[in-house]
Amino acid sequence: MKFYRSHILIGIDDASLAAGVKEIEALLRNELQKNNLSDEINILETGTLGHFGTGVSMLVYPEQVTYVNLKKEDIFEIVEEHFLKGRPLQRLILDRSLTQNYDFNYKRRIVLSNSGVIDPENIDEYLGAGGYEAWEKALTTMKPNELVDEVKASGLKGRGGAGFPAGLKWSFTAPIVADQKYVVVNADEGEPGTFKDRLIMEGDPHKLLEGVMLCAYAIGASKAYIYIRGEYKLCIHRLEIAIAAAREYGILGNNIFGSGFDLDIFIKVGAGAYVCGEETALIESMEGNRGTPRSKPPFPGVAGAWQKPTVVNNVETLANIPAIIKNGAKWFAAHGVDGSTGTKVYTIMGDVNLPGLCEVDMGTSLRTIIQQYAGGMIEGRTFKAALVGGAAGVFLNDTLLDVHMDYNSLREYAAVLGSGAILVMSDTVDMVDMLWSVLRFFRHESCGKCNPCSKGTALLFKLIDGIRKGKGKDSDLEQLIKVSNGMQKTSFCALGQSPCMPIASAINNFRQDFLTRINVK
Amino acid sequence: MIVYLNGKAYEAFPGEQVLQVALRNNVYIPHLCFHEKTGKAAKCRACVVEIEGMPGLKTSCNVPVTNEMRVTTNSQQVLEAQRLVIDLILSSGQHDCLSCEQNGNCELQDAAYYLGIKKPSFQLYDNDYTIDDSSEFISVDRSRCINCGRCIVGCNQTVVNEVLNWGNRGFDTKIVFDTDLPMGSSTCVQCGECVQLCPVGCIIDKRSIGSGRTWELDKVETICPYCGVGCRLEVHVDRKHDKIVRITGVEDAPTNNGMLCVKGRYGFDFVQSSERITTPLIKENGKFREAGWEEAIGLVASKFNAIKKEFGSDSIVGLASAKVTNEENFVFQKLLRKEVGTNNVDHCARL
Ligand SMILES: Cc1cc2nc3c(=O)[nH]c(=O)nc-3n(C[C@H](O)[C@H](O)[C@H](O)COP(=O)(O)O)c2cc1C
Ligand code: SF4
Ligand code: SF4
Repeated sequence: MKFYRSHILIGIDDASLAAGVKEIEALLRNELQKNNLSDEINILETGTLGHFGTGVSMLVYPEQVTYVNLKKEDIFEIVEEHFLKGRPLQRLILDRSLTQNYDFNYKRRIVLSNSGVIDPENIDEYLGAGGYEAWEKALTTMKPNELVDEVKASGLKGRGGAGFPAGLKWSFTAPIVADQKYVVVNADEGEPGTFKDRLIMEGDPHKLLEGVMLCAYAIGASKAYIYIRGEYKLCIHRLEIAIAAAREYGILGNNIFGSGFDLDIFIKVGAGAYVCGEETALIESMEGNRGTPRSKPPFPGVAGAWQKPTVVNNVETLANIPAIIKNGAKWFAAHGVDGSTGTKVYTIMGDVNLPGLCEVDMGTSLRTIIQQYAGGMIEGRTFKAALVGGAAGVFLNDTLLDVHMDYNSLREYAAVLGSGAILVMSDTVDMVDMLWSVLRFFRHESCGKCNPCSKGTALLFKLIDGIRKGKGKDSDLEQLIKVSNGMQKTSFCALGQSPCMPIASAINNFRQDFLTRINVK
Repeated sequence: MIVYLNGKAYEAFPGEQVLQVALRNNVYIPHLCFHEKTGKAAKCRACVVEIEGMPGLKTSCNVPVTNEMRVTTNSQQVLEAQRLVIDLILSSGQHDCLSCEQNGNCELQDAAYYLGIKKPSFQLYDNDYTIDDSSEFISVDRSRCINCGRCIVGCNQTVVNEVLNWGNRGFDTKIVFDTDLPMGSSTCVQCGECVQLCPVGCIIDKRSIGSGRTWELDKVETICPYCGVGCRLEVHVDRKHDKIVRITGVEDAPTNNGMLCVKGRYGFDFVQSSERITTPLIKENGKFREAGWEEAIGLVASKFNAIKKEFGSDSIVGLASAKVTNEENFVFQKLLRKEVGTNNVDHCARL
């Protein structure tokens, strides 16, 4: 094997592509060549490096230096200073002091263990990182029901929002005898502010595939579909490469590893409707129908895609499975807290220094996440609120900064973990505007199937719009709460049942903001 | 099995939904999207009730009954929820009953009446749909539509004409013909199944507009005169003016299950037409004169006999009409074979 003195990992994701990463990479290769460094320094493309708003970034090993916001003209200087003279260019280095726990965090990563480390377009790198060992172990030494039991014992809960125990879900479908069963991956990721699934797929597509394979084997499905939103072009591209490579290596296909088990994985591209992330609407859309939810029961586990037993799981949920099967349920449950085992990937945005994503143990406090993984609040701004869980989430105020982010602790405050989106707001933000944009989102995304939601979301928006324009009345606040509670009781699916959460939490925790707007005349 | 509705026991049968048991026993639960023919849709959300042992509220149209099930249809919580649903619907369209054709025969009106809603609490209606009266027989006023979807299920699953479907999303969701064409330019065949199923005054018979209030009309059940299928239909008659106002299909008729074709539903103007022929006519010197049945049939028989005598039986052909029944067709071929003496007998439906 060739020996390089340095490796440069370049993060390729939609944001860096937009910032011109490809041109910069080409220039870098060119410059290294000119300086006869091509044999000493290796350039690798990888998924996101996990920072946002940092344009083109790259990570240099062994120095572990991360350069951010790179422009073309910076390349000459970096090559000159860093690669020729061995002096990392301080001017462009990401401020490490903001992320003290960064390296520790890396070691505890499960889902993102390879993201930003390996080349996602090269199956050999995934194999080199221990990939597909769980798949081999399962197919050659485990019975399907042992997989189900292992996942059950791990305590893994669905990461798509509802938090339903994954092993339990599988255990409903596994025993059903049917001529066809399916695994469907929910990669629709429509919750505002959530982009964890995208980064998992961009950074480590094989991990998702391995999770899908293990699930398919556990429940006896020979076909799997990844329902992915159409905007995720790079994910689709990388998944296609990964699936083709897996087929070529005999990891997918017929009689895999001589086990007699057949499996193939297909990609279905969605057209981008929030409601199509709801599992039954997703299935309708996948079948080519209008994307509206179905009545439950029957649940997809019994009659899902094309009326066949179907397990629908979120990307992050499935990306946890390989590690669980490889290392065992006990190992997994040693992460996180009681009732919420494992890690959680959060996407943190808003008034923080380092918006981006992090994977931390379940139960980590909101304060820790903001301080240690998101670089704290932007200079001079104080924390006011965090919207946790996306649009269908809850506005927390500063009294809840120390709440532990896990299913049980959040429930105590009528809050939810949801998809793991955390939008941090400082005192510059007016909650009327925030709620306005959340309710505009719901109005826009209601599918129109049922009355309480299609008409209720229109009413909620009208009320908040009136308040925002200074035409509100005190009674509008009670009306917002009353109507959204009624919608919670009567709406067909969780979309129409959700607006009550941001509404009640915004109004109850930040009533003064609303009263100020109402009384400004 | 036994089901308790508001504490009172009722008999129920396996496979029935809670709403069906309630309606069969005259326990009213507001409902708009459910229809025996189009089935449960659980999308209007008006039929929510409390069921012991189940969390929250449940739509009664899609919960199958189980023995000893305990259902509450009239608690404060239930009525409040139902009121919100109906109120939102009323707030989202032009549900002004005064001059609506369906006044008195409207399921939305029934629900509002039951819940005591005097007027809508909100004003959400700003879509300025114009009435689509491009179709010959059917008029569509989307401002009255409540998106129950019965017409769509009927069009696609009952009559399988596959014209109607949903367009747009959310608040702007609306029924569309084909790719949102005017009804008259669409592939609609005007069977009127959508009219029959619409619970409100959105899709209505165009030619009946303004011809009589629903409660003033007598309903007379009869058989459609057009063809041998023999669909059962109900003729809505304005006795005061001795006039047929509209025709609807009879829902529980085994022949047609409420369905009718465009002729059966809309081709009734001939009945009272001044040009309708009511006695046999005989043409003499190029002019028709009225005659009695004896005379007319006698004349036809004598002419046929003469033709048969001169040219032989096989010079005569009998072609039966699709309008007649099987029994009449049988008699007709017998007349040809036995009396005329020819096998030259056929039926227009074969051409
Ligand atoms: C309106 C709505 C949107 C949803 N969007 C998503 C989504 O984008 N991704 C996702 O994984 N789950 C989404 N869900 C949750 C899914 O219905 C389902 O619970 C999930 O895919 C199950 O996978 P899990 O058990 O692995 O979490 C959504 C639910 C609702 C009601
Ligand atoms: S709650 Fe909203 S999104 Fe869900 S079925 Fe009803 S209209 Fe559609
Ligand atoms: S037109 Fe009538 S039947 Fe069709 S959706 Fe509207 S209200 Fe329902």
